[in-house]
Amino acid sequence: MQEISQAIAAAAALVGSGDSKLVAIMLLSLRVSLCAVLLSALIGLPLGAALAIGRFAGRQTLTVILNAFMGLPPVVVGLFVYLMLSRAGPLGQFGLLFTPTAMVIAQVVLITPIIAALARQIVADAWQDYAEQLKSLGAGFTQSVRTLIWDTRFSLLTVLLAGFGRAVAEVGAVMIVGGNIDGVTRVMTTAIALETSRGDLPLALALGLILIALVLLLNTCAHLIRQTAQRRYG
Amino acid sequence: MALSRSFGRRAMLALVAACTLVACVRAEDPYITVASTTSTEQSGLFGHLLPQFSKASGIQVRVVALGTGQALDLARRGDADVVFVHDPAAEQKFLDEGHGVQRHDVMYNDFVLIGPKDDAAKVAGSKDILEALRKIRDAQAAFVSRGDKSGTHAAELRYWNAAGVDLDAARGPWYRDTGSGMGPALNTAASMNAYVLADRATWLSFKNRRALQIVVEGDKRLFNQYGVMLVNPAKHPQVKQQAGQKFLDWVMSTAGQQAIAGYRIDGQQLFFPNATKP
Repeated sequence: MQEISQAIAAAAALVGSGDSKLVAIMLLSLRVSLCAVLLSALIGLPLGAALAIGRFAGRQTLTVILNAFMGLPPVVVGLFVYLMLSRAGPLGQFGLLFTPTAMVIAQVVLITPIIAALARQIVADAWQDYAEQLKSLGAGFTQSVRTLIWDTRFSLLTVLLAGFGRAVAEVGAVMIVGGNIDGVTRVMTTAIALETSRGDLPLALALGLILIALVLLLNTCAHLIRQTAQRRYG
Repeated sequence: MALSRSFGRRAMLALVAACTLVACVRAEDPYITVASTTSTEQSGLFGHLLPQFSKASGIQVRVVALGTGQALDLARRGDADVVFVHDPAAEQKFLDEGHGVQRHDVMYNDFVLIGPKDDAAKVAGSKDILEALRKIRDAQAAFVSRGDKSGTHAAELRYWNAAGVDLDAARGPWYRDTGSGMGPALNTAASMNAYVLADRATWLSFKNRRALQIVVEGDKRLFNQYGVMLVNPAKHPQVKQQAGQKFLDWVMSTAGQQAIAGYRIDGQQLFFPNATKP
């Protein structure tokens, strides 16, 4: 229990000092995971909506696969992306291993299924309500996908937050493809893992508290934006 | 449909934003990637050493810290320019396979046997690592093994072997194969009052010791040699040969060797330079 009070004090001291190294690590965590969420949203939302509305062969199979892939083990994803990006791998020539871009790729692989699977469910529910209307308006497939994503945007925001939460809290994949290089690919979670292995448990816990606070702050912002938008646009 | 057009525009904007975020890395100094061990990184040696090299050469060094076995595997795939590890036998194998060139001794320190203060196997104060291991086996006292093909793990297996203990036969609940790095293994040993073999540098920088202390040290066999190699550019053409060579030359130069000797924690020197080439 002593460690926890030490950790809280250490966290407060760290935040108070405005340590530039810590700030850089926090910003990298945010940058990597926000990038991953944006890219995953661009892939996952249309994919989920298409699965919800489309009637094509293999749709059920794809849905089951997506749902199952919500539980992809991060270490396995990390290993897979590592083998792809390694110099000896098929994408080795681009020299992406041990860069923030590699970490973004790993997180995109990890959270796209989550975003697509949850979006599919939300859009499918909306489709039940609006199918008649959209058909009577003569809306085609693409048109319906766009309209339904737009109409369910507030629910989909929660989906994106879930994806972000998974991305920013994840350590197994970014450790492998990023290498936890000081000043280049060290993010909050890998820094926490490092301090834990150095036996500095209070510092590790302090970094953990800061990460949680950061995620809380981001969720608060998202909540406020949603509230304002809902009030203005209904 | 104004709504969907604005959706399309937003999607485009998001795409542009995402690409900017991914692409916006600062203009980069030249750098090399060094695959090394957790002991050199976590003890803070690289934090002390590398800024001096970067200042002298203008080359940044990116360290990926793993166990020696993993670090060599990384280099075998061509993902590092230089290897800085501590398992001479594994390094020789790496050289024989043609993955590395120019192996040099660079520094040494020693392994220490760490154990709980209550010392169930009664080995504290001994200078004989082999005798200590035999006593631990006889007492079936809890022992944490790295089990991760690291340099320290390789050394541990060598000592068991030299002590005449057949691990496959002696293995029981007392022998905990954790498959983890030095720090996590020490954390495990601290929480279950177990013995564990560690390198002195990691031990000195380790903070969560609880009831652990050094029980055996000073045996000549506990010598721990670190070596440095360039990954073979003939086999891995993308290796940054010139920059990597500069790092090798510097670390073995008087300046580099002095920098290694100058790194201390609480007044205690962690690594002792012994490069053969000036």
